[in-house]
Amino acid sequence: MQKLQGIAVSPGVAIGEAFVMDNEGFRIPRRFVDRDAVDDELERLNRAIESVAVEIKRNRDAVSRELGKEYGAIFEAHLQMLHDPRLRGELEQMIRERHYAPEYAVSRTLRRYAKVFQTLDSSYLAERANDIFDIEKRLLRNLLGRRREELSRLTSPVLILARNLTPSETANLDRRFVMGLVTEVGGAGSHTAIVAEGLEIPAVVGTGPFMTDVSGGELVIIDGDQGLVILHPDEETIARYRHEVDQRRALTARLGALRDLPAETADGQRVDLFGNIEFPHEAKLCLARGAGGIGLYRTEFLYLGAETEPDEEDHYQAYAGVIETMAGRPVVIRTLDMGADKLLVGSNDDERNPFLGLRSIRLSLRNLPMFRTQLRAILRASVLGDVRVMFPLISTMFELRQVKMLLADVMEDLEEHGQPFRRDLKVGMMVEVPSVVVLIDRFVEEVDFLSIGTNDLIQYTLAVDRSNKDVASLYTAGDPAVLRLIEQTINAARRRGIAVNLCGQMSGSPTYTMLLLGLGLRQMSVTPSAIPEIKKICRSVTIEQCQAVAGRAMSLENARDIKSYLKEELKKILPELAG
Amino acid sequence: MSAEKITRMVVVANPQGLHARPADMIVKTAMRFASKIELVKGTERVDGKSILAILTLAAVAGTRLSIEAEGSDAAAALDALADLFGRQFSEGASFPEGGRRVEE
Repeated sequence: MQKLQGIAVSPGVAIGEAFVMDNEGFRIPRRFVDRDAVDDELERLNRAIESVAVEIKRNRDAVSRELGKEYGAIFEAHLQMLHDPRLRGELEQMIRERHYAPEYAVSRTLRRYAKVFQTLDSSYLAERANDIFDIEKRLLRNLLGRRREELSRLTSPVLILARNLTPSETANLDRRFVMGLVTEVGGAGSHTAIVAEGLEIPAVVGTGPFMTDVSGGELVIIDGDQGLVILHPDEETIARYRHEVDQRRALTARLGALRDLPAETADGQRVDLFGNIEFPHEAKLCLARGAGGIGLYRTEFLYLGAETEPDEEDHYQAYAGVIETMAGRPVVIRTLDMGADKLLVGSNDDERNPFLGLRSIRLSLRNLPMFRTQLRAILRASVLGDVRVMFPLISTMFELRQVKMLLADVMEDLEEHGQPFRRDLKVGMMVEVPSVVVLIDRFVEEVDFLSIGTNDLIQYTLAVDRSNKDVASLYTAGDPAVLRLIEQTINAARRRGIAVNLCGQMSGSPTYTMLLLGLGLRQMSVTPSAIPEIKKICRSVTIEQCQAVAGRAMSLENARDIKSYLKEELKKILPELAG
Repeated sequence: MSAEKITRMVVVANPQGLHARPADMIVKTAMRFASKIELVKGTERVDGKSILAILTLAAVAGTRLSIEAEGSDAAAALDALADLFGRQFSEGASFPEGGRRVEE
């Protein structure tokens, strides 16, 4: 059994067969062969080895011709490895005695060698692991040939383990069969994280290298709550996790009964419980879970994985579908919130500090034609329902005024062309940068609503990059400084009489629900899967109770004490939700 | 069938140790002989005709190895192999800066 610790980005537990993808997106399958087929399979392996030998010789000759004989020497070594008698013996034994398919035997054996090399003291020798991977890849390419399986053509449930997933790969995931995601690299804001949340499947990213430790078809457990991936689990661990999966299923079924009941505290205080979505199809999920609206409709998906920049019609269609699904319930559309690195146009790939760089609203303001296209589409769609627009990462009043002016300009434009839109479209901004909280009394004068984005607010307040493993533990919503900023924002909005929502991951965590209600928050927007749990808590507490909890929590000195106190309080009321 | 087992001590003298190219040369040389050939580093013993096995020895510069040969041509095999080590796998001569240029 081997445990990999990564970053938990999408909750839940998944147990199943691994679908391992290397850098080239190869799938390494596990397959056993029939007893009678062993000789044929050995023959197939031999043919693959011979073909690879021809390939390597061709490379050797080409390199020797161009650069000199000494440079071709590495290919001589590759040939030698390919024909290594010990390797051959091991492969034959796996196929003959354990009835492994050649693909699996090759991957298993060569990865074991690669792993040995990686652990050698000499970094120079450790580099040889790459030679082994190279040979493995060549052999698999030959063995799999046309039968190479694609991510988009799955036929049975799998957990995907990859070095990294590209936006186009995640866009084509077959939702019927993908039960969980693990990537070696990536952080909390990575594309894999967002997609996994959207699909409501457990995911762990940033585990570090595992390619040498796992082969396709092996049983793997993903614990999306703890950020753990368990390879080769023992029987006891499997049993424990199976039990957990069953319990969760039962809890989900119990909570499902709450769907049509209002999100309202025991003493009758109404709470607006909204859903966060990434993709249009998730609007239906929100309704199925009893969401009162969409509190955050991210629009980055329109730009990711697309060949060209989305046009106005692409935007309009994506918005119209969601608005119609929500049938008059509020839909808050957030304008593009992305780093320059992920954008097709105007990308600047040498930013030294992307979180402090050209991203989000700053990027939109630098690409005005693109930004206007999005605003036009939002305005046109606004007549279809209760649409609101929200601007991300505002950090100065000047920026807010710029975007409002631009919006007014686009409205004028639409008017000239006789296009219908809602002139009274509600305009809101995200509170994600501490500078905004410092001047919150001024900002509340300029907008119709606020939405607190805790993920960025925590990062900028505590100066912590949560995708950096060395400091990730400093990143917590429970920090008293973060809580005080949230409190100040809620108070300012209430004094001014405008709505304030909280749409970061914090609002979907049961630990914080009582505290947030106690601080006066009456609107929360959460990932759709968290709606039933949060609703359950709202319905189990009184405002007075929550105020007492908030009062005590705000008096504590550090995040650890605050979190353990909040968990204790939750446990008293709903032990099954206090994880 | 005079199966005598003989041993010779050698030191890895080339700067990059027994990496892919020297290991390849050892195997190629060993293959020319019928004798069973093994490389021993401390308690580890590997087949001298398996490049992967030799690489796992992680014999860096300065490592002392003993080469063991058993079979009819054992003495000739040891001479040929010891010669390779003695010539530092031709790396010192043709590549004054070490074996780096050979790789990748």
